[in-house]
Amino acid sequence: MADFWKRFSRNRGAVIGVVILVIVLVVAILAPVLFPQSPWRMVQRPFLAPLDMPSHPLGTDALGRDVLTGLAYGAQVSLLVGLVSTVAALLIGIPIGALAGYFGGWADDALMRFTEFFQTVPSFALAIVLVAIFQPSIYSIVAAIAIVSWPPVARLVRGEVLSLRSREYVEAAILSGQTSGTIILRQVLPNTISPIIVLASLMVATAILLESSLSFLGLGDPNLMSWGYMIGAARTVIRQAWWLSFFPGVAILLTVLALNLIGEGLNDALNPRLARKGK
Amino acid sequence: MLKRLTTLAAALLVSTALHAEPVSGGRANVVIQPEPPSLMVGLVQNGPTQMVAGNIYEGLLRYDTDLQPMPQLAKSWEVSEDGLTYTFKLHDNVKWHDGEPFTSADVVFSADKFLRETHARLRTSLEHVESITAPDDTTVVFKLKQPFGPFMGIFEVGTMPMIPKHIYEGTDYENNPANNTPIGTGPFKFEEWVKGSHIRLVRNEDYYEEGLPYLDEIYWHVIPDAASRAVAYETGVVDILPGGSVENFDVQRIAAMDNTCITDKGWEYFGPHSWMWLNNREGPTADKRFRQAVMYAMDREFAKSALWNDLGKIAQSPVSSSTRFFTDDVNKYDHDPEKAKALLEEMGYDGETVRLLPLPYGETWQRWAEAVKQNLGEVGINVEIVATDVAGWNQKLAEWDYDMAFTYLYQYGDPALGVARTYISSNIAKGSQWNNVEGYENPKVDELFAQAAVAVTKEERQQLYTEVQQILTEDVPVAWLLELGFPTIYRCNVKDLVTTAIGVNDGFKNAYIEE
Repeated sequence: MADFWKRFSRNRGAVIGVVILVIVLVVAILAPVLFPQSPWRMVQRPFLAPLDMPSHPLGTDALGRDVLTGLAYGAQVSLLVGLVSTVAALLIGIPIGALAGYFGGWADDALMRFTEFFQTVPSFALAIVLVAIFQPSIYSIVAAIAIVSWPPVARLVRGEVLSLRSREYVEAAILSGQTSGTIILRQVLPNTISPIIVLASLMVATAILLESSLSFLGLGDPNLMSWGYMIGAARTVIRQAWWLSFFPGVAILLTVLALNLIGEGLNDALNPRLARKGK
Repeated sequence: MLKRLTTLAAALLVSTALHAEPVSGGRANVVIQPEPPSLMVGLVQNGPTQMVAGNIYEGLLRYDTDLQPMPQLAKSWEVSEDGLTYTFKLHDNVKWHDGEPFTSADVVFSADKFLRETHARLRTSLEHVESITAPDDTTVVFKLKQPFGPFMGIFEVGTMPMIPKHIYEGTDYENNPANNTPIGTGPFKFEEWVKGSHIRLVRNEDYYEEGLPYLDEIYWHVIPDAASRAVAYETGVVDILPGGSVENFDVQRIAAMDNTCITDKGWEYFGPHSWMWLNNREGPTADKRFRQAVMYAMDREFAKSALWNDLGKIAQSPVSSSTRFFTDDVNKYDHDPEKAKALLEEMGYDGETVRLLPLPYGETWQRWAEAVKQNLGEVGINVEIVATDVAGWNQKLAEWDYDMAFTYLYQYGDPALGVARTYISSNIAKGSQWNNVEGYENPKVDELFAQAAVAVTKEERQQLYTEVQQILTEDVPVAWLLELGFPTIYRCNVKDLVTTAIGVNDGFKNAYIEE
C-alpha cells in the first residue's frame, strides 16, 4: 500500500487531482450544512452580479437563486450520477467481458457482437433517446449513462481475461476441479482489477460530462439542481449574465480534470511496468 | 382601457407622440416565428399564419384596442332592435388580388359554406345563425336564431376571413392549388415564399382605400433561433419583432437600444390568459381549500417582474381585463403564505406530492414552473416537476394525467367565445387541452354562462358575467397567473404599426416608415 502511494504521489498532477476531488466531495457532502436553504429558493433580486453582495459571492440567477448554493448542490448530483452510473456500467460490462474472454468460441462471438452493437451507436445520441423515451429523471439518466458506457469495460475485461486464461495458475485451478464460476471470480477477475480501476476513474469523468450535457439540453431531472442544468438555463442570458454559465462551467472543468489526473496517476501506480519514463 | 406600459417603453413612446404626415414607400422587415405551415387563413389559424395572412386577407371588420368595431370590407353596419338581424354594407369598389370583383356573394360563400366546414371556432359561433343572405351585391344580412351577445366580435380576419368564391367554390378546399398563392382583398399581395428563408408581400396597387397602404413591401424573415432573432434586430436585418419573437430575458436589453420602441398593445382581441390547470377530480387539488391555498402561495408579482419584464398584468379573474365584461369585484388572491398555510392546515393536507407540468414553450415557462414550485414548497406543498415535451404535454392534459399544469389560452374579446369553454361542464371531454380540462362542474356556473351568451343588453350580460366571475374566484377551478404581455418591439420610425386589437396581424395597412 505504501508502495502504491509512493508511486502515485510521484505524479504531481494526480496529487492535485486528488486535492480538487476531495474539495468537491467535501462541499457535496457538507452542502446541506453550509447552505441550509434549498438551491431553488429565490433569495435575492435576479441577476445580481458576483461580489455585488457579500452574502451571494457568485451572484444570483434569473430567478434570484444563489449561484454558490446551486454549485454546492450541483456537486452532489454530478458526483452521485458519476459514481452510480459507473458502478452500474461496471456491473454490466465486467460479467459480459469475463464470460466472453473465459469461454471464448461462440459465447465470445455472441457477446462481442452484442457489445459492438452498442459501440456502433453514437453514445450521446443513444443516451438522449433513452432519456427522452423514459422521461427525464435521475433514474433514467443514470440508467442511460450506464447503458452507453459499459461496452469499453466489457472489451477491456475480455482482453485481460483472454490473456490470463492461458496462464499456468488458471490451468492448475481447472485441473484441481474448480468450477468455471469460482475460477473467474477467485482467480481471474482479481487480476484484472488494476486496469478496471483506471478505466472506472475516467468513466466517472465521462459520466459527469454526459449528465451535464443532458441537463444542458433540458433533459436533466427537473427537480435536481445540477451543473449542466445551471449552464443550460444560463445559455439564453449569457450576454447579460456571464457568471451564470461561467462558474458551473469551471466546476465541471475542474472536477473532470481532477478525475482524469487521478486516472493517470492510478495508471502509473498500478501498472509500474507501463509507467512513463521521467516521472 | 389603457394597458400599462413599462416605464421604459413609456419614456420612449412620448417622443413618438408627435405625428408627422404619413409617407409612402419603404420596406418593412419583420420576424415571423415559427414559419407558418400555410398562409391560407381560412384553413389554418395558428399564430404565425394569422400574423402574415391578416395583411393579405381581410374580414368585414377590424377592432380597435378597446375592441370597438371599425370598418374594413364593411363600410357600415346596422343591428336590429331585437338583436337578431345584422346588416352589413360593403365597399363597392373592392377587387380580389387577381382582379375579380369582391361582392356579397363572396361573403355568403365564406361564412356559410367555406368557413363552416373548415373553421371549428367560428362554426360554434355560427350555430346561432339562422341564415346569411345577400339582397344585393353590396349588402349582407345575418339573421340569428336568438340573440348572441358576442356576435359583433366575430368578424376579425383570423375569425372570419373572406375567401374568394370564384377560386374555391366546388373545389376540394384542402387541396386547392391556390392555397399556395393566397388571393385576398387586403392591402398586401402575396409575392413569394422561399421556405426556410422569407415570405415577401408587396403593396396592392388597387387597394380600395385611397392612398393605403404606405409601404411598398413586407419581408417576413424566418429565423428559427431566438438568440439569432435578437441579433437580427441588433444588426438591422429586421426592424420589427412581433410579440414572442425573442426570449423575455432579451427584451429589456433590446428595448434599451437607440430608436427602439416597445408596446404591449395589439393583443387585446386575443387576451392571452395564463393559468395552471388544477385537477378537480382527484388528489389534494380536488379540495377547494387546497386550490385557494395555491392562489395565496404564488408570488405572481415576482413572476411578472422577474420573468415577464413587468409586461402584462396579474390575472384577477377568469376574464382578462382586456376582454369585455371583466370585473375586479371578485375574491382577490394576493401573495399571502400565512393564509395559504392556514387553509392547508384546515383541510388537513398530508404532504402528498403533486405533479406539476411546465409548459414546454421555452426557458421562461420552465423558470416559471421552478418559481411556482418554490412558492408552493414554502407553504408546505410538495411539488414534483414532471419534464415533458410538447407531445407529452398535450397527451397528459388530454388524458387528464396531471395534478397541475401550466397553460395559456386566448379569449377572443368576449367571455362567451374564450372563457366559458374552460368552465362549463358540457365541455368536459378527454382528448382536448382547450376545453374544461380541470373537470370543474357547477350547474350554477353552467346556467350563468348559458344565459349571458344569449342575453340581449350589455347591462344584463355584465350582471351575469360579474356573478359568474365571483363564483369562479371563490371556487378557484384553475389557478390564474397573468394576463400575458407579448411586447412588439420596433424601430421608432415605423409609425402606426399597432393600432388595432390584433396588432401586427392586420397592422401593416396603416403602417409607414418615417425618413
